[in-house]
Amino acid sequence: MDSIINSLGTLIYATLIYTPPLLFAAMGSCFSENSGVVNIGIEGMMTIGAFAGAAVAYISGNAWLGFLCAGLAGALFGLLHAVATVSLNADQTIAGTAINFLAPGVAFLMAQALFNSSDTPALIGSKLPMLFNNVFDGSTVWSRFFKNVFNTYVTSYLMFVLVIVVWFVFYKTRFGLRLRAVGEHPRACDTLGIHVQKMRYMAVIISGFLSGLGGACVTMATMNQFRPVSIVGQGFIAIAAVIFGKFRPQGAMVACLLFGFCTGLKVVLGSNNFISAQIISMVPYAVTVVVLILFVGKSRVPAANGKPYVKSR
Amino acid sequence: MNKKINILQSRAFLTLVSIVVGFLVGAVFLGIMGYDPILVYTTLLKGIFSRPRFLAYSVVYATPLIFVGLSVAFSFRTGVFNIGAEGQFVVGGIAACIVGIFVDAPAIIHVPLCFLAAAAAGALWGVIVAFMKVKWGINEVLSMIMFNWIAFYLSNYLVDIPAIHSDGTAEASKNVAASARILLPEGMRQILAPTSNYGILIAIVFVVLVYLVIEKTTLGYELKAVGFNKNAAEYAGISVNKAVMTAMAISGCLGGMGGAVHLLGMGERISLFSAQEGFGFEGISVALIGASNPIGVFFSGLFYGALKYGGGKLNLINAPSEIVKVITGTIVFFIAISHVFKITRRKKEGK
Repeated sequence: MDSIINSLGTLIYATLIYTPPLLFAAMGSCFSENSGVVNIGIEGMMTIGAFAGAAVAYISGNAWLGFLCAGLAGALFGLLHAVATVSLNADQTIAGTAINFLAPGVAFLMAQALFNSSDTPALIGSKLPMLFNNVFDGSTVWSRFFKNVFNTYVTSYLMFVLVIVVWFVFYKTRFGLRLRAVGEHPRACDTLGIHVQKMRYMAVIISGFLSGLGGACVTMATMNQFRPVSIVGQGFIAIAAVIFGKFRPQGAMVACLLFGFCTGLKVVLGSNNFISAQIISMVPYAVTVVVLILFVGKSRVPAANGKPYVKSR
Repeated sequence: MNKKINILQSRAFLTLVSIVVGFLVGAVFLGIMGYDPILVYTTLLKGIFSRPRFLAYSVVYATPLIFVGLSVAFSFRTGVFNIGAEGQFVVGGIAACIVGIFVDAPAIIHVPLCFLAAAAAGALWGVIVAFMKVKWGINEVLSMIMFNWIAFYLSNYLVDIPAIHSDGTAEASKNVAASARILLPEGMRQILAPTSNYGILIAIVFVVLVYLVIEKTTLGYELKAVGFNKNAAEYAGISVNKAVMTAMAISGCLGGMGGAVHLLGMGERISLFSAQEGFGFEGISVALIGASNPIGVFFSGLFYGALKYGGGKLNLINAPSEIVKVITGTIVFFIAISHVFKITRRKKEGK
């Protein structure tokens, strides 16, 4: 019984550790996709954020400054994506693919230039803080359970706050209503005097900012440094989670938690000899496919998603 | 005068401009980071062109990229973004590997058998996704991302099975039988590169085949029609669902064969992956730089392969090979926005 409680604690802990990068980026993706701009460059924006966060935190010794700069670095590439897709009507998928080469390229290049290495030095005092890890002393079974669960970084709590904020912005504010409207029927919005281009710029830049923060969740919390393999596919998983969640923040959260949970399952089960570790690693992806077929089905994409809006003259 | 404008507006010219811009932006970055751009670029060019061996290596690097580029380009024409080429490449590689290890046959049968297995595996990977889209309306980008990872771990799982795993200490599969390799004769390889292979010839055959299918057949016409305008195509009596399935099957075939040509040419065995190798995403770039045109893909594949190989040489002068990523990213970015230059020119012409 005790060992089950222990494993359960580890499982929840692992979920809380693996979900934040996905969820931050997924919230970013929500902004962009709902405004009608496909942002496949999330992966690249996470990578540059992961680097900027770790690098600034190491140099300045201030974790929060690093975290902010991670967002700004992501936002910068968000701006680039917006210039291409919103102002210049570029194919959104092609521009996003370009970002996915460009942003990691810049990150790796800067790592070489600043630290003469492919990695940033390890963060020692300037990782993002943990919050409740000292509350429980681990003297009883349940105390150990909670100590296990709460042995996690501030990002694990921030992500839930973020989802609530994004949900509120989307469904309870004028900005959110306009954002979604621009993604559904830009011409109607234009007629009503909503500046379509401006809304899309803001959405894409926000998506870059949040993706950058997502990247920093990896290098400033889960790990303690940036490496070329820090971000390998999380950005695409975040995009997948948003599609899975039918482009709603709360849906994307469920999808991200499912992913984080399955990754956690892999860690907890990984040490046994009955099932191959490779097969266990496959579980999150296979589960997603099965859930899609059984429960989710047709994904309703925002009507104007992927289409450049050209103001008629 | 008109002719001059036509040349300036052609895709090929815009692509060349994008490539020049890519190198310029790369130079600016190098300058800011404190490297000498001229030294870096001359090293890059020397690393590609200064010896026949280097050129031969570039071709070896380019061959799988041409296949993946063809795969992505083909699906693009039908309006499907094949982000799943990575997975198709991986399952193609592992299928060819299994046939290469376990089947005992003369080369003339063994090699085609390996390619057939790879093509079938890749096609299966493509068709499952297309089927899910057609039957249940499941977003193909989402399912392809999942299938890329499923392929990744499937390959790792299979490589780990004792029957397939290398007898030595390497975290890799056994080597495929010599009869499955597609290497050039020993003498030629001594002049060219040790891994020079027939793959490039096979690639040329498929470039021509894909070109013919897209441009000269009813099937190609139907697929392009679906890519241009789904509703109009449907109205004209073309089954969009069937077109998507067919396009993904062929696209998957090509992606899978990319995995085979990589394995039977330069790889010899499948290693345990620690991270996705990125052939799929490089293939997307190759397709984009090649304007989703088979012949364009052939040249952009060679270009990308050369950069990939030459980029490795930069470590010799202590410069970061990652600059190649910045250059290709910039090129693709400028290709994405290149139509802007076209429009402004047309305006001028109108005046």
